[in-house]
Order: sequence, then structure tokens, then C-alpha cells
Amino acid sequence: MTTQALPSSLAEIVDDFQALTEPERLQLLLEFSEGLPELPDRLKDHPELLEQVVECQSPLFLTVETEKDDDGSASAVRLFFKAPAEAPTTRGFAGVLHEGLDGLSAEEILSVPDDMPELLGLTRAITPLRMRGMTAMLGRIKRKVAASSAARS
Amino acid sequence: MPYPVEQNDKFAAYAHPERLVSTEWLAAAIESGAVANGGLVVVESDEDVLLYETGHIPGAVKIDWHTDLNDEVTRDYVDGAAFAELAASKGISRDTTVVIYGDKSNWWAAYALWVFTLFGHEDVRLLDGGRDKWIAEGRELTREKTTPARGSYPEVERNDAPIRAFKEDVLAHFGKPLIDVRSPEEYTGQRTHMPAYPEEGALRGGHIPTAASIPWARAAAADGTYRSRDELETLYLGEAGLTEGDDVVAYCRIGERSSHTWFALKYLLGFDSVRNYDGSWTEWGNAVRVPIAKGAERGSFPVPAGV
Repeated sequence: MTTQALPSSLAEIVDDFQALTEPERLQLLLEFSEGLPELPDRLKDHPELLEQVVECQSPLFLTVETEKDDDGSASAVRLFFKAPAEAPTTRGFAGVLHEGLDGLSAEEILSVPDDMPELLGLTRAITPLRMRGMTAMLGRIKRKVAASSAARS
Repeated sequence: MPYPVEQNDKFAAYAHPERLVSTEWLAAAIESGAVANGGLVVVESDEDVLLYETGHIPGAVKIDWHTDLNDEVTRDYVDGAAFAELAASKGISRDTTVVIYGDKSNWWAAYALWVFTLFGHEDVRLLDGGRDKWIAEGRELTREKTTPARGSYPEVERNDAPIRAFKEDVLAHFGKPLIDVRSPEEYTGQRTHMPAYPEEGALRGGHIPTAASIPWARAAAADGTYRSRDELETLYLGEAGLTEGDDVVAYCRIGERSSHTWFALKYLLGFDSVRNYDGSWTEWGNAVRVPIAKGAERGSFPVPAGV
């Protein structure tokens, strides 16, 4: 698998990780953890609107919303994540997926290969067990996007 | 040079008070320059591999349970050469006093302490309450990179037998007490992994026959410190039914949570013979033809063939 198959925003992130040494990759993941946006107030007050990804090592909740164009057709998919500050690795994965996928179309998100997290080159430093959480997060996003696309068509 | 042992009423009741330090004690030691001059090495060991980087106790070094302490290829701990290199690189010499702390009531810190003990490191202590208590008390955290002066550590051959049990040891242990420290759902066999944790692929759910169920976190108070000696006795002597002098094996899923219980039994209650079965449920629940009990009952141990 190459990064050519990825949406450009995600491919850029993967290239950034691959250009670094292992300790630097962890540092970059930490930056993504810090860059994860807060939930908007309307979701903050409604935890029931978010779904927990139980495969993650620490509590991680997410939801997706699809924005409509003026003509009512679906355009951008927006992603929302919530993870505690004490779980920087989980937050970091969420940050990567947010920056790489937020605002893309449903088709673009669904085209991301399921094993994309492996491309970050973190598996040795993070361990396969912890990487599973990120793979599960991506899987959950894709399932939710697929479900909401199907519901509309 | 070993650092002086902390004296306080709570610790004095434990069998080995020299194995714990309080947050006040550590803060004072840091203030006195003991960490800066290398007299005391503080190690952070967390479940989350990036948590240390978000801010740590000033002067603390990081040891990751998985990438630093586990062998990369074999399911085992690192060997004497790798441990010597790890310790030296963290500023630890053979006679250094090491204080370990971490997240989640020191769950992973206790695991790291247990691995240090496999190598016979003499003076290794836990920070009672760990990272969460330190933070709750508003004590200083820093992101400043710690660059310790290299220590000098000999290549020591690990001595597993006194504190580590293998599957064969557990089979030979039947008739003596076992403590299962996993959640009730894991114990009964309802699930094979922790609630809200990744499935780690055990093929069978349940527990080792005769094991008492005492989830590890019951040994910790709300602030992450160990419970008092009286409370621990109620738990392990009362509820689990251990008696003085028992030879005990504790296990969980991969040996991390049971390290926390191992510490309580060995150093706080003073059982001489306590072993941690690190193969735990990810081995036992997958092993061919080992006996398993399901449900909330402890179950009985199988009569060995030919008896």
C-alpha cells in the first residue's frame, strides 16, 4: 500500500510521520493529541450522541455528521472526538484522523484502506496492541459514514 | 547509596515499609537535590506510552513496560544485558534507590517494580498514590527533558523463580492459594478481556480452578494509595482466605494488574512466597487441556492423573 491511495490530507500526515525517526514520531503524535479540537457545546452537553470505541485502550467517543450543500445534497463529513487528556496516545490517533479526514466526502473517507494506521510507522514504538485502537477508530468512522450514506440514498 | 527510608504511621504498619514513599517525602527529596544529583532516580511507568511526555515529575525518567521491559521477539522480559543497558541509560546503578510511579493507581509502576525485582535490584520503591495523587495535590510537573548522567549497571542474570510462576508451576501449585485479580466479568468467564479494553484473544473465559476473586483495584483507595494494613488483611486474609505463611500465586491477563496485588501481598502483608503468573489468562485461557472453572464459584482443583 502506498500513500497515493490516500486522500491528500491524510497522505501528507503519513509522509510527515514516515520522514521522522521513531522518537520524533511519538513527539508528533503528542502534537496531534494536543491539536485535537474540543467538542462543540451542542455535543459536549449530550454525551449520548457520541459512540464509544471500546477497542481503544482509553475511553474514546466519536460521532460523524454530514453537512448539506444548498441543494440538499451531502457534501463534507465532519468528525467529532472526545478522549481524556490522560490518554494522549488515544487522543493522538483521534487527532490524526481528525486532521486527515474531517471535511472530506463520504466516498473519500470510505476509500481509506482499513490498515492505514500501519503506515504511520508507530507500531513498534506504540506496540501492535495499542495500534489496534486506532484501527478500530477508523473502522468505526467508516461504518458510521457508510451507514449515513446508505440512509440518504 | 541507599536513600533513607520514610517513617510514617501508615507505612510502619506494613511488613516492609521501606518499599513505599509518599508524595510529601518525594517532593522533599526532590527539593533537597537528591534527584538532581542522581542519589535518587525517579521512574515513571504508565499504561499510555505518551503520558510521561505530557508532563512528569521533575527529574523523572520514563520506562515503558512494553518497549523497554518486554523482549521484542520472545514473550519474556529483557535479558541481563538489555536491562543493564536500560538501567544505565536512565542513570540507575546497581545500588541506586529507585522510586517508581505511574498512572492508574501505579498499576504499571508495580509491574515495572516487579521486573526490577526479577533482576534483584535491591532498593526499588513505589510512590504511594502514583501520578494521579501527585497531580491531585497540585505538585509540580514538567516537560523538561531529563538527561541523567549514565549509571553503571552490571549484567545480572534474572532470577525468576522466587517471584515469577510459569504455567507448569501453577499446575503444580493446585491445592495452594491462587488469587485472580481480574474483573468479576473476566473471572466468571462472561468476557475474556477487561471491560472497555481491547479483546486480546483468549479462546476460553473463566478462571483457574480454586482461585479467589479479588480484583486488583480493591487494594487501592480512592486516591490511588494502597489501603491500610487492616483493610488489606480484611481483603486477603478475610475474604480470600489466605493464612500467614501461605505460598500464593497471583495472576490477571498478562501479569500487570497482578503485579499490584503481588506488591501488596509481598511487601505490605509480608507473605514470603508470592509469585506473579505473568502468562496469566492470555496463556491459561488459550492453553490446551488445562482445567478451567466458569462462574462465580472458585471450583475445585483437578485430581492429578494416576493418583
